[in-house]
Amino acid sequence: MKSCEDISKGLIGYLDQQANPLERRDVEQHLAGCAACRTRAEEFRALWKVMEEVPAVEPSFGFDARIRQHVAAEPSHSWFGWLAPQARFVLSAAMLVALTVWVAKLPQSNPVNPSPVAVSPSTDQDFDAIKDLGVLENYDVLTKFDALSESTTTSAPQPDQAQPTEPSSND
Amino acid sequence: MARSDVQLMLDVKAGDEASFDFLLQRYRSPLVNFLNRMVRDTATAEDLAQEVFLRVYRARKQYTPSAKFTTWLFRIATNLALNSVRDNRHRRMGVSLDAPAAGEDSAPMELPAPQMRIDEHMIQRDRVEIIRRAIWSLPEKQRAAVLLHKYEEMDYVEIAVILDCSEGALKSLLFRAYETLRVQLAPLVTQPVAQRGGEGRPS
Repeated sequence: MKSCEDISKGLIGYLDQQANPLERRDVEQHLAGCAACRTRAEEFRALWKVMEEVPAVEPSFGFDARIRQHVAAEPSHSWFGWLAPQARFVLSAAMLVALTVWVAKLPQSNPVNPSPVAVSPSTDQDFDAIKDLGVLENYDVLTKFDALSESTTTSAPQPDQAQPTEPSSND
Repeated sequence: MARSDVQLMLDVKAGDEASFDFLLQRYRSPLVNFLNRMVRDTATAEDLAQEVFLRVYRARKQYTPSAKFTTWLFRIATNLALNSVRDNRHRRMGVSLDAPAAGEDSAPMELPAPQMRIDEHMIQRDRVEIIRRAIWSLPEKQRAAVLLHKYEEMDYVEIAVILDCSEGALKSLLFRAYETLRVQLAPLVTQPVAQRGGEGRPS
C-alpha cells in the first residue's frame, strides 16, 4: 500500500473524479486502510462545500458599455494592415521624390548643353579680372624678366618676397 | 443552437462584431469573479477584465482555434492578475509593509482557533469574509489554481496550460493549496452549518 504522502497527489483527483482508473484504485486501497486520510478526504469535500458560500459578484452597471466603447475606439485595421494596401502608393511617391532630387542636382554637376547665355556672374567677374591684368598685354616683359627665368630652376618666390626690397637709405 | 466559443471567435475574426458581444455576455461574470478573487479589489478586477476582452478583440485577426477559447481567455486573465498582484505588492512595499491590500480593510485576519467552536449565531457574512481571506492568503499561483479548479470548474489539462505547468505539478499545487485551506478553515469545515447539505465537489 502506498504511503499517505504518495497518495496525497492523487487524492484531489480522486475526490473530483478526474483521476484515471489506476490512480483511483491506488487511492481507494489506501483510504480503506488509513483513517487519517479518510478524514482528510471528508474534510476536503466539506471544504469545497464551505467555499461555495462565497457569493459571486456581478460586473458593475457600466461594465459592458465601457468595453463596447473601448472596442469601438479600436482602429478597424492594424497599422500594418493599413499600410499594406498603400505600399504601392508610398513606394511610387518615394521614387518620385528621389527622381526630382536627382534631376534638380543634375545640371550643376554635369551640364548637358551649356548655353552661352547661361554664364554665371562669377565667371564674368573672373573674366574681367583677367582682362584687367595689364601684364598679359605685354608678354615680352615676362619672357625677359630674370626672376621668372630663375623660377624654372628654383622654387617660386613667396608673395611677400616677390618685390625686391631697396636698401635702407639710413645705411 | 448556440454557437460554440470557437465559432463565435472565428465569426469575430471574420468581422462580425455582434459575435464579440455574445462572448462578452458569456464570460463577463466568470471573468470578473475570477479576477476579483485574484486581486481582491472589484474596481481593479473590472479594469483587468476589460483589458482581457480588449486583448481578445485586438488579437481576433490572428486567432486560430488551436486550444479551447476559455483556456486562452483565462490564461490572459491569469497573467494580468498575477502581474497586477505583484505590482500592487511592490507598490505597497514601497509605501508601508503594514499597509492592507487593496479591498482589504485595516483589521488583521482573525480566524478562529481550531479548538474553538464556530458560534451558532455567527452571521453568514462573517463566514464568507473568513473564507475569502483564507483564499486570499494563498500564494498567487496556488490561489489561481484553486479558483480555476473550484469556481471555474476546469479540468487539470486546461488549468495546467493556463498556469504553464505540468499536470503533475498542478496536482501537487492543488493539494498544497487545499491542505492549507483545510487547516485554516478547520473550524468551518469541521462544524457544518445547518443549511449546508450534500457532498461538495469542485465541479
